[in-house]
Amino acid sequence: MSDRITPEAVAKVAKLARLSLSDDELQQATHQLSDMLDHFADIDALDLDDVEPMTHPTPIANVMREDIEQDCLDRDEVLAAAPAAEDGRFRVPPIVGLDD
Amino acid sequence: MADDTGAPTAPSTAIDIAWHVRNNVESATAVVERHLAEIERRESDIHAFNLVLADEARARAAEIDEAVSVGRDPGPLAGVPIALKDNMCTRGIPTTCSSRILDGWKPPYDATIVTKLHDAGAIVIGKTNLDEFAMGSSTENSAFGATRNPHDTTRVPGGSSGGSAAAVAAGFAPVSLGSDTGGSIRQPAALCGVVGVKPTYGAVSRYGLVAFASSLDQIGPFATTVADASLLLESISGHDPMDSTSIQRGPLEITRQLDFGVAGLRVGRITDLPEGASPDVVERLEQAFDELRAAGAEIVDVEVPAFTYGLTAYYLIAPAEASSNLARYDGVRFGHRVDAPDTNAMYMATRTDGFGAEVKRRIMLGTYALSAGYYDAYYGRALKVRRRIAADFATAYERADVLLTPASPTVAFHLGDKTSDPMSMYLCDTYTIPSNLTGDPGMSVPFGTGDDGLPVGIQVLAPALQEATMFRTAAVLEQRAPR
Repeated sequence: MSDRITPEAVAKVAKLARLSLSDDELQQATHQLSDMLDHFADIDALDLDDVEPMTHPTPIANVMREDIEQDCLDRDEVLAAAPAAEDGRFRVPPIVGLDD
Repeated sequence: MADDTGAPTAPSTAIDIAWHVRNNVESATAVVERHLAEIERRESDIHAFNLVLADEARARAAEIDEAVSVGRDPGPLAGVPIALKDNMCTRGIPTTCSSRILDGWKPPYDATIVTKLHDAGAIVIGKTNLDEFAMGSSTENSAFGATRNPHDTTRVPGGSSGGSAAAVAAGFAPVSLGSDTGGSIRQPAALCGVVGVKPTYGAVSRYGLVAFASSLDQIGPFATTVADASLLLESISGHDPMDSTSIQRGPLEITRQLDFGVAGLRVGRITDLPEGASPDVVERLEQAFDELRAAGAEIVDVEVPAFTYGLTAYYLIAPAEASSNLARYDGVRFGHRVDAPDTNAMYMATRTDGFGAEVKRRIMLGTYALSAGYYDAYYGRALKVRRRIAADFATAYERADVLLTPASPTVAFHLGDKTSDPMSMYLCDTYTIPSNLTGDPGMSVPFGTGDDGLPVGIQVLAPALQEATMFRTAAVLEQRAPR
């Protein structure tokens, strides 16, 4: 296998993506991502200096509308679909005030 | 209609069903009951559905029958059962994306396509299985188990819209909807021997389609006939104020031109098409060119040099967009949560438990491609390659009205064949990916069989918004397909 990406780099990426990997999963992910990056090296030799990046199939611009009152989603129905809610809000574990 | 014995047979296409229902020849209730009976008979072998909506379908059928009985027209899809890929939001009805992370989530709104289908008189009969969050080419990456190919249950139906393709191939519904980000409608259509269409980007509203890669995703139809696919696509297309990327124009007009034929049409053969198609598929492609020539088309050679780089561009861009889109599954707003003492630990525990292996792989790949130090080398270059591919297709379309390629490199493969090697699975999308990058439409139409008597699909590609030309080419191929 190639070493296009190291286990340390994969571990960092997993942390950024809020995923935790076991040691086995880390080894496997390193192997598989290296394989993919090997394949993706086919574009390395292309001269792309003068090419404009294409982020979207069609030219898009922000869509504006008049600032008038409209119906929106029902709050109770939205909160009912969440894992936890209280007093009309999403309920989450503590964010601040932890000891560490 | 009659079968060989002279006994009348029930209508099987959406067009025939709607005609029968609108003219009070068969009730919507009877239509729904015979499709539910077919599901009852074979679903345990196929597993096309995550959820069969029997009660809801019966109630809706009764409404339609009531409308017909008082002389109201329920619409062009009157009484037509339709299966929806389970990444399309249905209000109050679970929408899972075949992921544990959406366990228990019921959307508080309907996708725009659901509203349009309702207005056209269609009946949603169930939510179909998919590769988790539409990431895969075999419908094996589902938290609820794999879907099987109705032509051979030891084989995959393709993916990611494998459940929707299998549902139509098995006769569970005459039509269904899937989503196509890199081939997820066209490849399973080819493997299941049905028609599958990825429309022009922006032709169909994405409002209520759970996002995978927003600049690539598009909803489209599966059907047993080109005419049914045309009717369904017309019914769901058109601008939607709820989707700012939907094109500012009315519904596509396709059916009117469906029988115009291909006389004088320039059909392009891509001389530098990436290799990898198996001989049985290549043989059918050659035969498709021959049939179109015999029908009056002119076959022209074109080059699309950047076609071959599509796979790389796609597998950097799609995961990058996915890593951003899927950041919303954090245990706060939707479905599943794993409790932990603080929010950061809760996010981590929820996502680690809720996502399957392929989704994690793509999130990590995308996060890497976007991360500091690698952005320019991977994501940035992929966007430039995307522009190059679009430019090459635009040049090819100066000389050709449509292009023909295989939809899938091979016929349906066996379950488990590609699950241990992600790269081999990704190669299934070689021929379908470019049209997602460019935004142009593409469709797969069944054209005879290949190895082991399994269906082969020919892909017809056309420039943006040229669906009518694409469909009439497909209609000729359908008519002249080897039996």
